[in-house]
Amino acid sequence: MNEKNSTLLIYTLLYFGFLYVPVLFLPIFSFNDADYMSFPLAGFTTEHYEEMWSKRNLHKALWASIKVGVVASVVSTIIALFAAKAFARYKFRGNKISYGAIMMPFLIPEIILAVAILIIWVNLGFKLGLIPVTIGHTLFCTPFAMLILIARIEGFDFSLEEASRDLGENAWGTFFRVSFPLYFPGIIAALLLSFIISFDEFILAFFLTGSDATLPMYMWGQMRFVQRLPHVLALGAVIIVFTTFFVLLAFWLRNVGQEKAKKDIGIKL
Amino acid sequence: MNNSFIQINNISKHFVDVKAVDDVSFEIKEGEFFSLLGPSGCGKTTLLRLLAGFEYPTSGNLLIDGTDITALPPDKRPTNMVFQNYAIFPHLNVEKNIKFGLRKLGLSNDEIDKRVKDILTLVKLKGYEERFSNQLSGGQRQRVALARALVRQPKVLLLDEPLGALDKKLRDEMQLELRTLQKNIGITFIFVTHDQQEAISMSDRVAVMNDGKIQQLSAPNELYKNPENIFVSDFIGETNFLKAETKSSDGEFINVSIEELGEFKIKNNLNIPANSSDVVCTVRPESMMIDKEKSDWDICLDAKICQTSYLGEMTRFYVEAKGIDKIITVSSQYFNNQSFDNNECFISISLEDISILNKKKPVL
Amino acid sequence: MIGFWRKIYAKHDNVKAYSLLSPALILIILAMVVPMALMLSFSMFTQVSMMEIDYTFTFQRYIDFFQKSLLVTLLIKSIKISFLVTLITLITAYPVCYYIAFYVKKNKMLWLVLLTLPFWTSYLLRVFSWKIILGTKGVINSSLINAGILSEPLTFLMYSETAVVITLTHAWAAFALLPLYVSLEKIDFSLIEAGRDLGLSRLEVFWKITFPLSLPGVIGAILIIFIPTVGDYVTPALLGGIDGRMLSNMIQAYFGKINNIPMGAASATIMLTTVVLITIIVSNVTKKLTQRLT
Repeated sequence: MNEKNSTLLIYTLLYFGFLYVPVLFLPIFSFNDADYMSFPLAGFTTEHYEEMWSKRNLHKALWASIKVGVVASVVSTIIALFAAKAFARYKFRGNKISYGAIMMPFLIPEIILAVAILIIWVNLGFKLGLIPVTIGHTLFCTPFAMLILIARIEGFDFSLEEASRDLGENAWGTFFRVSFPLYFPGIIAALLLSFIISFDEFILAFFLTGSDATLPMYMWGQMRFVQRLPHVLALGAVIIVFTTFFVLLAFWLRNVGQEKAKKDIGIKL
Repeated sequence: MNNSFIQINNISKHFVDVKAVDDVSFEIKEGEFFSLLGPSGCGKTTLLRLLAGFEYPTSGNLLIDGTDITALPPDKRPTNMVFQNYAIFPHLNVEKNIKFGLRKLGLSNDEIDKRVKDILTLVKLKGYEERFSNQLSGGQRQRVALARALVRQPKVLLLDEPLGALDKKLRDEMQLELRTLQKNIGITFIFVTHDQQEAISMSDRVAVMNDGKIQQLSAPNELYKNPENIFVSDFIGETNFLKAETKSSDGEFINVSIEELGEFKIKNNLNIPANSSDVVCTVRPESMMIDKEKSDWDICLDAKICQTSYLGEMTRFYVEAKGIDKIITVSSQYFNNQSFDNNECFISISLEDISILNKKKPVL
Repeated sequence: MIGFWRKIYAKHDNVKAYSLLSPALILIILAMVVPMALMLSFSMFTQVSMMEIDYTFTFQRYIDFFQKSLLVTLLIKSIKISFLVTLITLITAYPVCYYIAFYVKKNKMLWLVLLTLPFWTSYLLRVFSWKIILGTKGVINSSLINAGILSEPLTFLMYSETAVVITLTHAWAAFALLPLYVSLEKIDFSLIEAGRDLGLSRLEVFWKITFPLSLPGVIGAILIIFIPTVGDYVTPALLGGIDGRMLSNMIQAYFGKINNIPMGAASATIMLTTVVLITIIVSNVTKKLTQRLT
């Protein structure tokens, strides 16, 4: 592996460009002093940000997204944590079927999930709103959270839990005093990533929110018909910064946790 | 002293298609240093885990001090375990690790502190309280694991190959320390190992296991001197196996035809039947004598040395002896590989050092 | 009494595992299986009027679907677009993964994080971004016109199938990168060196050694890209125009303006069946391929 391959390197960097440039345009044009998004750039301004700040509907939608995101990420992480423990720790019958079943929301086009939940919700007589969206998001985030947690738990030394039981702790005590502290970085990573997925999610919200908009719904409303809405760009830029921060945090936590755990557990026999 | 302090009654553990433990029954005495010895996969660790409560038996029951513990979860049993990889909690320091199991015992804070201090002194880890697992050597972690289990003052201490990861010198030291510790505190120890030298040197009694069954349960010297079947004979120490056929019985003795050497009167400890060819004779390498000259022992054979292994404290000779079909091993502390001209020598065997065993393996 | 239950719990790993799994399984059943079963039932009903549904079971909706050339076209187009996107994404992403797996020595994780970072930002915004880039007054056209290279904007870049394909190739790239990278990373480099040592050219080494060994990742990537793409709504809606419409847009219309729930449910069921069928075919083909190559 001593060779350097400059063609591949150049290609890779170009590909990076391809991936990043569209994303970077949003912040660029959000400071652009014009209503149209084209080159050449007109001039620097922060007025779009000020405009964004003043829109009440935007704030409502933002708050709705946060509420949904927090509930969905917490619930799906808890559910995924127990499920991940089952898969990583026990050999049992129906292992593969259960795994496939829980992964299913991940393996089906979202629109089908949206349609299905819409039908049952409406026919049960309930109103559309944030609640069915939260249910849908919880369903959709659970497989993601589970993947992260299984990877984390698989590296976990189960004799630590056995030792705790041997020393007199029951199952709950063991969880709180031993398992949870050691899973913690993985749990945080799962929470953060689930939150981001929910925060970002469009199609389930589209079908299920009715009149309570989540943030993606708000953006959709602004984007769909009118071209000249730079304050949406400002919003987009802000979201990009925040999401990036949270993602980096989640990855850092996940890796830091695992490095420490590997060192501490010591001799692997 | 309670001779049936721990009762293991017809315990079996099946995993899908494997019988890890197959209808095992025996008793362990109070205050005993008891070892479960055997090769990988023989069931010894499974048996230990059944005692600890981490596995549930397919059938049978377990009693400790008269109480049926079979259905009790690990946290409710009067046992504590030292794990093979020590299982030290990485997020707690040494002191907190040791204190971990004391919370549920309802002791006063003073009592807890006292116990922790005493146990740290006992395992020679005073001063290490603030350290974390990744700041300890293998031997130190092992002591923490030991301290953590003992501080709860269990009725039984279970040790799962605790010395396996240590280097030889440390292992030898720890063997002695554990033995001394056990004698001082008087707790029943159940020790699992695959190292026969370890088991023999530390234990009051040893159960040798293979294929989920007990092959022999005896004191170490009995195991060594009077193995009851081929497996034990082969597993403990070195043995030579000689072709044999029993002829007529003679009270305590039996007449046996050995290889091409003729018929001899051998002590029949195991009641081997007469006129059987399903038998084998064993003789240990160190009980035979190798010399440059003939001797007046019961059997003396011309032999040629094929190979030698110099082991420092002794030399192992692989020889072809006249009248014996295969190469036998003889060990000697007196001669080494340089001693014999033309590799010619004489091998002497005393009849009382020859044992006779059934070829099939009986089990307890 | 407690002892009895204790015995059962202790004896069976199955019981322990399923008690942990129950919340997840209940969620799946209540929030997915039951709704989808209901959706299936609805696909057998008839929408009589705005508010009324006739609940008699019939397969007529499915017959209707396949008789409407528009719907069939949309279905085929959705599959076609997804295949294209999958193929292009795979081909463009593969070299990048190869580079990181074999030529980057330090901080591989960092490269990966940087590579996937754009994808954790809002999908909606990324599509919108492409709208900015590809539009008639957008970045590409305005730069090229200003630079004097073009006199008129390129129209095929927006409100077309092309726009949809380009955007989706960008949108799902990360999902291709990760499984591909994971399986390439697992390949022992000494196998490649052995191939060169035995006289194989660089290309032969790739086709005969590297690629087959990376197949699990390729398959994973294929499924991860293909399945969501078939059902994508946002991209065709924002920049597909008429030419780039996909089945999901129609499904949404059935639940929205057109208000024909049974047809919507039937279309969704057909989409689902198509996805399942293709997944089964792909996994079987992979099994046979891996058997032949190993």
